[in-house]
Amino acid sequence: MNLEKVVFGFFILLAATLNFGFVYGDIGNPLFHNRWEFFAALVVNIVATLIKLGDRTHVGAIHLAASLVAVIQLVAAALLWFFAPVTGAENLISGGSMAGIVSLAAGALLANLVSVTILIVETTVQRR
Amino acid sequence: MQGSSVVLLGLRALRGPLIAIVAIFAVGIVGLVLLPGVHPDGSRWHMTFAEALYFMSYTATTIGFGEVPQTFTPAQRLWVTAIIFASVIGWAYLVGTVLAMTRDEAFRGALSAARVTRAIRALREPFYLICGFGETGLLVGRALDRLGTRFVVVDIDGARIQEVKLLDLAQEVPAVHGDARLPATLLRAGLARSNCQGVLALTNDDQANLAAAMAVRLLNPNRPVLARAMSREVEANMASFGTDQVVNPFALFGSYLALALAAPASYRLASWLTALPGSQFEMHMAPPQGHWVVCGYGRFGREVVKAFRDQGLDVCIVDPEEPRLRGIQSIRGTGTEAEPLVAAGIRDAVGIVAGTDDDITNLSIAVTAREVNEGLFTIVRQNLQSSTPLFDAFDANVTMVSSSIIANECLAVIKTPRLKEFLEFARIQDDEWAERVLERLSGVMGNEVPELWSVPITIEQSPAALQAVEEEGLTVTLEDLLRDPGDRERPLQILPLARFRAGALLALPETREEIRAGDQLLFAGTPPARSAQRIVLRNANTCRYVLTGTDAPSGWIWQTIRGRSGAGGKRSA
Repeated sequence: MNLEKVVFGFFILLAATLNFGFVYGDIGNPLFHNRWEFFAALVVNIVATLIKLGDRTHVGAIHLAASLVAVIQLVAAALLWFFAPVTGAENLISGGSMAGIVSLAAGALLANLVSVTILIVETTVQRR
Repeated sequence: MQGSSVVLLGLRALRGPLIAIVAIFAVGIVGLVLLPGVHPDGSRWHMTFAEALYFMSYTATTIGFGEVPQTFTPAQRLWVTAIIFASVIGWAYLVGTVLAMTRDEAFRGALSAARVTRAIRALREPFYLICGFGETGLLVGRALDRLGTRFVVVDIDGARIQEVKLLDLAQEVPAVHGDARLPATLLRAGLARSNCQGVLALTNDDQANLAAAMAVRLLNPNRPVLARAMSREVEANMASFGTDQVVNPFALFGSYLALALAAPASYRLASWLTALPGSQFEMHMAPPQGHWVVCGYGRFGREVVKAFRDQGLDVCIVDPEEPRLRGIQSIRGTGTEAEPLVAAGIRDAVGIVAGTDDDITNLSIAVTAREVNEGLFTIVRQNLQSSTPLFDAFDANVTMVSSSIIANECLAVIKTPRLKEFLEFARIQDDEWAERVLERLSGVMGNEVPELWSVPITIEQSPAALQAVEEEGLTVTLEDLLRDPGDRERPLQILPLARFRAGALLALPETREEIRAGDQLLFAGTPPARSAQRIVLRNANTCRYVLTGTDAPSGWIWQTIRGRSGAGGKRSA
């Protein structure tokens, strides 16, 4: 067992699971989408991107590209959240803004799923 | 190594600190959002993620911008203190890693290699590839620089690569640090590029030159290779796979010596035409016929003895090895003392050759020999460029410097591709012919060393002249190309040396000879005359004036008014 592989797989999977957890639920309902989960997903995605730096293989390049896509989608979602108007006593944003944020995060989820798929395929091919 | 991989290499090294900073930011933001603040009226508030990120950014980068949404509670202040220290450590880690990386030899090597590769890729002009930038390479490089020709240097010695940057050259020279024996190095230096004009293998290692020449033959067969070879075996090997020009300085000197003994005028002509342009040509005294003493029977001594023997001269060899050769007397010794020299017959000799591979020994031999016999003709071999002051002070009749001989030969081939054919032709002519050429040459040039150039009558090199012949049906004679564009009655200081038509050489063509498309002309003359001729060949208006004596209208309006549209379209030089 290789510690580097553990850390690598851990961050890629965590990025995908957090992303999924945030996206899961009614797209327009702010109560279904936790801001902490979103923050964690963004941070873990950035770390996952940094971990992938420096791999010169073709697979490494696709890995990095997928992560960059995910980070860009999440950053766009975060910006949307920054500028979304807050309504009501619970400091919740409107259902329309939430839908936009979640759909961007869902795009990031797709990229993360690609990363996970590559990870699985790569592992299967190596058979070690 | 490519440029993008340098970026990757750098990012890989920075992975750790970058992840650390992201982690510190994340933890700091979480704390700031979680810790409640208290309004003056007692109500509680929380930072949003946006506010927390903003606060972290200016705190963690030590900017310390003072915009705080509300006065902090003691708990918040404690947390901010903690994250300030944490983030400063994170930044210090990052900066430290960046600095360490820029000091790292491997990284710097990769950086400079990427820079050189970029510079070579950005080269648009034709360039030469010089392998080995020692004494010879430097001489060739400087001369190419003066001619305005670009070149790329390959050398195995890192210190020399550094020196290239410090040379006072007019151009930026890309210098590749690597072994010329390895094809990858040559490819990195741009061997496969279409604007690579040729390769000069000038390292001080015959095997390296051989490997480089072979690599060029296989990887880019259309490019000419000039290789230096110090031994006959390597020379023959190189020639066997079609190296375009093998320069063996010793053999070359031997053949010049033989020529000088047999045909002094031919020798003078050859050395005048291959001397560096712009300098004064010194009339060398021809070596006298008679008894010669040769000290040192190495690669150089062999060639010299062969030259003397071929001319039927009497030779005595002085060498510590005392080689036993049929019909040649030899004496044991170095020749630095008078005794072996006297035994070799120095008192009755006409000349001495000091040809060992040590400069001090050679000078010592020559000085001793001159003390014994003052009227000796001295030929001294100089091995190192750095000994030049000593050899200048001694002032031998002939000083043989390998690097200069190689450099001159290479330059003659590069500058004027057709010169070699002319010189080979000249070598088989008799001395009277050479005398005649010399007379005409000095009539044009005086004592100046002429510039030599070849002019192909093609659309790229001489569009105006070609247009006059092909489209307007004018008769262009050689004489027309020797007219001054300012006053056509005045001749330029140019001597036509040869005309090549369909592979046939016509030496010293008559000036009334017509020129045709595809001709190659070889000229000798002064630099100003050369540039004047270039204008005639390229500018249609000047060409017309020179041919007919009338000024053609140059602009479109004047052409239309005179109804001769298109007859003299302007083509600037």
